[in-house]
Amino acid sequence: MTDTPPGSPGSTPVLETRGLRKAFGGHVVLDGVDLSFEPGGLSALIGPNGAGKTTCFNLLTGFLAADGGEIRFKGQDVTRLPPHRRARLGICRSFQILNLFDDDTVLENVRVAVPSMRARGFDCWTPAGAVSAAEDRAARIVRLIGLGGRERVAARYLSYGQRRLLEIGLALAGEPELLLLDEPTSGLGMRPMETLRELVQQLSARLTIVVIEHDMDFVLTLSHHVTVLHRGRVIAEGPPAAIRDHPEVREAYLGRLGAPAPREARG
Amino acid sequence: MGTVLARWAPPPMLAMFALFLLLPTVLPRFGYTYLGTEVMIFAIFALGYNLLLGYTGLPAFGHGAFFGIGGYLLGMTQKWTTGGLALPLVAATAGTLLFGAAVALFVARRRGIYFSLLTIAFGVMFWFMVFVFDTWTGGEDGLTGINRLALLGYALRDNVPFYYFVYAWFVGVTLVLWRIVNSPFGQVIRAIRQSESRARAVGYDTARYKWAVFTLSCGFAGLAGGLYALARFGAFAEPMSLSQSGNVVLMCLIGGGFASFYGPVLGVVVFLVLRDVLSTLTDHWMLAYGVLFMAVILFMPEGILGVVRRLRQPAGFHDTGAAHAARAEEAAPPLHSRAPGERER
Repeated sequence: MTDTPPGSPGSTPVLETRGLRKAFGGHVVLDGVDLSFEPGGLSALIGPNGAGKTTCFNLLTGFLAADGGEIRFKGQDVTRLPPHRRARLGICRSFQILNLFDDDTVLENVRVAVPSMRARGFDCWTPAGAVSAAEDRAARIVRLIGLGGRERVAARYLSYGQRRLLEIGLALAGEPELLLLDEPTSGLGMRPMETLRELVQQLSARLTIVVIEHDMDFVLTLSHHVTVLHRGRVIAEGPPAAIRDHPEVREAYLGRLGAPAPREARG
Repeated sequence: MGTVLARWAPPPMLAMFALFLLLPTVLPRFGYTYLGTEVMIFAIFALGYNLLLGYTGLPAFGHGAFFGIGGYLLGMTQKWTTGGLALPLVAATAGTLLFGAAVALFVARRRGIYFSLLTIAFGVMFWFMVFVFDTWTGGEDGLTGINRLALLGYALRDNVPFYYFVYAWFVGVTLVLWRIVNSPFGQVIRAIRQSESRARAVGYDTARYKWAVFTLSCGFAGLAGGLYALARFGAFAEPMSLSQSGNVVLMCLIGGGFASFYGPVLGVVVFLVLRDVLSTLTDHWMLAYGVLFMAVILFMPEGILGVVRRLRQPAGFHDTGAAHAARAEEAAPPLHSRAPGERER
């Protein structure tokens, strides 16, 4: 791939869906969703509560089976692949509700998610700490997410903000080509929020990131492309500036987006 | 040097080995040598079972079946082939492993209550098969006439030599299991217990790991069952009953199998010794026994070593030699990191 700017038209999408459908009982959650994420940069998936964003992630990562439609990753049909197969291809996710290995240390959490460790998953004899490739990579990721010095702390004893960062660290450890972050800033205070923004910004320079996010300041300042989901359908997509002024989006959000320019809104 | 030793056997394990090594100097005086042997046999069973319960978080309730199968396989091999000790023990272990592998194909994809129910169903099925195939198993009468034979000139019929014969297996199994729980495989099964969905999200085919760990634990159950058949000079159906299957779960829980590698061993000691002591004190020992275990489950759900752990420090679940070495180098450990003294798991 040449050095096309993120999201430039014409490049092969990293991830593409066609007519994605999902219903729970009679309740249709996703009703023919077409998505397309170009390589590089940060795209945002937004929409009011219940719009189907997390369901969409669960379909993309294989945690739920699609009722209809197709998912392609770098041109390959992955619609029927189980979650671990998709993770191995490079589709890595974080969870909206913290989902960590709480009893294990920060380093162990990340280490078990590193592909070189995964490749030796059935090794019953070597001490896990002696798999040096995995150990080194895990240590680098721990520093990258700003948890350097806390390697030996059990995940349950981290602060909430640090746990949020570790949540991303676990997704990053899998050497993703596509990183799906489900509300990474949820519940964060000012300081950890800044750390997280910097981290995501830094990552988006070399990865394709799709983020579900409610913080509009985060979405509008960091993303290059926004997709708006409402009642299981894509109602708008485009660059953040266009989305902010999109009438249908304003209506769907009932003022959340229509409020004064987001920078000021945050105070 | 220290780390090499720690990689194989950390201090608490060496202490445990030393204790069991010296026990025959006192036990025969009380006539308890056989009880000591039984403790080690059930420790092998419980340690292997704890891979499943404590490490992977899979509550299998029919594991007594595999213990029993090990006994029958040992007996049948000894009676109908060349006899001896080596081949029957290999057959008990490997054969039970295969039975486990087959059952695991059915249970590895089940979760929660469905997993437990299915393991019970298989346990009951094997229990009935003992009576259906009574020409092989001896049915109600059991498969008697199993011979302990002799090793290195020592007649294993005598309790002290047999104690040390079992001791060697106990040490070997403990060392192997310690390697397993600290290996990448050990990390993965622990990850599955803590969050199966996350384990899948980071690329693990968790069903395959559950299959493997179930199979492994059955291998250890088969070995223990084989040794038990030698100990009792016969293989019987009784360890395969549902209530006996429940005992190994209790042993792991009481000792603290979720909190410590050594939990199952302590649980076995408490369980078997208490049974012996209580049954000499009162005819209603079952009642006292039941009340006691209810109290443990109610007031110490993490088991004895879980409570010990909690009182000592706000610690994580486990440790490895490497982690320990690295931590020792840390000048000022953060507030909530594990205390340097922690070793076991």
